[in-house]
Amino acid sequence: MSSVTSSQKTTGLSFLATARNVLQQNIREYGMYIALFVIMAIFTVTTKGIFLSSRNISNLLNQTGYIAVLAVGMTLVIIIRHIDLSVGFLAGFLGAIAAIALVSWHLPVYLAIPLVLALGILGGLITAFPVAQLGIPSFVASLGGWLIYRGALLLVTAGTGTIIIPDEVFNAIGNGFIPDFPGLEILPGVHKLTLVLGLVAIVLFIFMEINNRRKKQAYNFEVLPLNMFLLKLIFVSVLVGYVTWVLAGYSGLSWTTVIVLIVVGVYHFVMSATVLGRHIYAVGGNPDAAELSGISVKRLTYIVFGSMGMLSALSGILFASRLRSATTTAGTLFELDAIAAAYVGGVSAAGGVGKVVGSLIGALVMLSLTSGMNLMGIDISLQYIVRGAVLAAAVIFDVTTRQRAH
Amino acid sequence: MDTPLLEMKNITKEFPGVKALNNVSFRVARHEIHCLVGENGAGKSTLMKVLSGVYPHGDYTGEIFVNGELQTLRSIRDSEKVGIAIIYQELALVPEMTVYENIFLGHEIKKGFQVDWNETIKRAGEMLKIVKLDVNPALKVRDLSVGKQQLVEIAKALSREVKLLILDEPTAALNEDDSENLLNLLRGLKEHGVTCILISHKLKEVIRVADTVTVLRDGRTVCTLEAKTGEVSQNVLIKHMVGREIDNIYPQAEHQPSDEIVLEVRNWNAYHPALGRNILKDVSFKVKKGEIVGLAGLMGSGRTELALSIFGNPAGYQLNGELFIKGHPTQLKHPREALRAGLAYLSEDRKNYGLILIQDVKQNITLSNLQAISRRGIVNNNAEVKVANEYKVSLNIKTPSVEQRVSNLSGGNQQKVCLGKWLFVNPDVLILDEPTRGIDVGAKFEIYAIMTRLARQGMSIIMISSELPEILGMSDRVYVVSSGRVTGELPIQEATQEKIMHLATY
Repeated sequence: MSSVTSSQKTTGLSFLATARNVLQQNIREYGMYIALFVIMAIFTVTTKGIFLSSRNISNLLNQTGYIAVLAVGMTLVIIIRHIDLSVGFLAGFLGAIAAIALVSWHLPVYLAIPLVLALGILGGLITAFPVAQLGIPSFVASLGGWLIYRGALLLVTAGTGTIIIPDEVFNAIGNGFIPDFPGLEILPGVHKLTLVLGLVAIVLFIFMEINNRRKKQAYNFEVLPLNMFLLKLIFVSVLVGYVTWVLAGYSGLSWTTVIVLIVVGVYHFVMSATVLGRHIYAVGGNPDAAELSGISVKRLTYIVFGSMGMLSALSGILFASRLRSATTTAGTLFELDAIAAAYVGGVSAAGGVGKVVGSLIGALVMLSLTSGMNLMGIDISLQYIVRGAVLAAAVIFDVTTRQRAH
Repeated sequence: MDTPLLEMKNITKEFPGVKALNNVSFRVARHEIHCLVGENGAGKSTLMKVLSGVYPHGDYTGEIFVNGELQTLRSIRDSEKVGIAIIYQELALVPEMTVYENIFLGHEIKKGFQVDWNETIKRAGEMLKIVKLDVNPALKVRDLSVGKQQLVEIAKALSREVKLLILDEPTAALNEDDSENLLNLLRGLKEHGVTCILISHKLKEVIRVADTVTVLRDGRTVCTLEAKTGEVSQNVLIKHMVGREIDNIYPQAEHQPSDEIVLEVRNWNAYHPALGRNILKDVSFKVKKGEIVGLAGLMGSGRTELALSIFGNPAGYQLNGELFIKGHPTQLKHPREALRAGLAYLSEDRKNYGLILIQDVKQNITLSNLQAISRRGIVNNNAEVKVANEYKVSLNIKTPSVEQRVSNLSGGNQQKVCLGKWLFVNPDVLILDEPTRGIDVGAKFEIYAIMTRLARQGMSIIMISSELPEILGMSDRVYVVSSGRVTGELPIQEATQEKIMHLATY
């Protein structure tokens, strides 16, 4: 659809008709945000507001953390038409290594964490080797890793069982909150630094959106009608503002949330603004054409799996820190949760399509379902069935709206 | 004269924008080998697809009679029922299954609800004897050479009591011994009551085995010749195949190649590990600055393989020979290195090897040279839009905006996007593989004009093309490729369609 016709069409229509129009044209992009909104609204009603309480939202974000970082890495892997099943137990295994490094080797935290992240990259590169070098399907190669890391996890925890981590700094990653301004007396009981950060985020967002819109208009590209643009600004600002307020009313931003936001921010930037990101999308869209365009598919496979390994290590650290211990079953089924989050977030199994932020939303959708149903006291068996149905619905929605777009 | 086995009357088949078959009539008598020849795109394959039900009854106009009976074939199953079997260039066997499983695939011999494997193996052995293939029927098809696989295909057809066997370029992938065997077999099959239609570009083969030859050109039947009357010869066939006026759509070459040699290949050999044979043999050629070099030859002659083997060898052939770029001996191990060395290659298959269809015009144009619009690895979106718009104007790409997905563009405009991508790289040597395939005449003319302009600016162009008028209209010099060899070099003043055809079917 051309830019001119769609903007002409929408002028002179009523506000609601314009909204419907915009929604229909962008249903793929907005679909998962709407889904998240609907799910949260339903749980707020069914739990009489407990779901949206400061404490629950804070918990929800912390629980999402270790799946969200995996989902971010998995997004890239699926974009280049691969899959990595080994990440769950790799995370579990590296979490145990982190615990051992702290407890048995007496490494300080600031050495243990980089060491584990480096081991994660190494693990990812090892998975990438048969895939990139020999053309082995990544499903099989990473299934091998899945078994190997599971065994390795059992092996390193065999003597001790669960390893308790006494290091408070390490445990703060999964449980702690950012400090507040010391000595400020206004707004007692509210986390001021969190509020300030939330405000900064809103201002930054509005500034960037307006800037972006201006540039697009300068090239006569399609932009949202003005009233819809304002609506979007207000909606996102209110949402961010509300979440910030809720969090500030509890203990403020957790370190986990900060880490997730940084990871998502960095990966979003790489994927949307850099040459590397563009090459990753090109390889996913058509590996043969990308190769003939001078892009080394092999090299990118190593980079993407290496990054996946590093994020697996991070996930393992977040999880071990949250439990304050390394367990023998850590990481079980993380990989499938991450894959589900990516698919719910709009990543295409056909490759070349997907956004990092989408996968974060996907992770939030899946964790919200778990959290809300737990609060409602719904049996675990039913929880799985509902989550499965939501995953199926998300993918069906994705495929059908894609077909309509053609 | 008794009724012919097959008679196709006044067949017309249209695709959007093209008449692939225009009132074609075609008669095949019983127990003969009938060869169908013509240039690429003359309509041979389309005619056979009509006959075998791939294009179902109703998709074309005209009538098909088999044994004098009017047929309305709707699928390959229908055509099999009346005894027609077609064997394509790409074999339709399941590599992981055994020979006997493949022969009876789709019409298994049953005893009750079970497959009767013993009977299957016995009957498969009989079929293999007819096609003179001495292999264990329990071998996997994967483990047979291409020539033997072809014989298995024929055995499969025979097992279905085929009356009319159609072979589409059966010897294109075979070596000389295997080709010889196959041709002898086809003659032997006559005695088993089988009639053959053979599509081939190799005119020598045609002359050897044909009882009758029908020539197609531009979707029409040109003539049908009888071998026994002695009217079939290579010269006659070529004259009928190419005998058409050259349309005057080529810009007059106002460019002057210099004497500086920018690319030279000497004694170039390429071994294809998967096929297990040499696909390029002792190829030597050179390209001057500002020159348009035509690489003529038939499909499958090795032209694309030659281009790819030079352009960083992405298919992983084992290469042997010398490559000089601007006089320096060079080795290129990846398309990236080839790009850096000043080469660019526009693929013949733009959908699979040229474009990222799910991305937009600007992303496709800048893909190979993102560095030029980036600083410290960060892409400058404004610069990208500017670049894309420049090519949109200079190449006249018809798209509402450079943010349009390329899958929504027409073939000609997609091709211009591909061209734009390689122009943005600004190569010294641009290899164009079938640059005008599947695009309309208007866009063709624009692409010719762009090529002339580039050559005048000093870019060297290697144009691979199956269309002889295009080769003759655009090139300064022509190399002809056949079976992986350069069989001739012609200055444009000496090149004629007939000469090129002779060399290409050598």
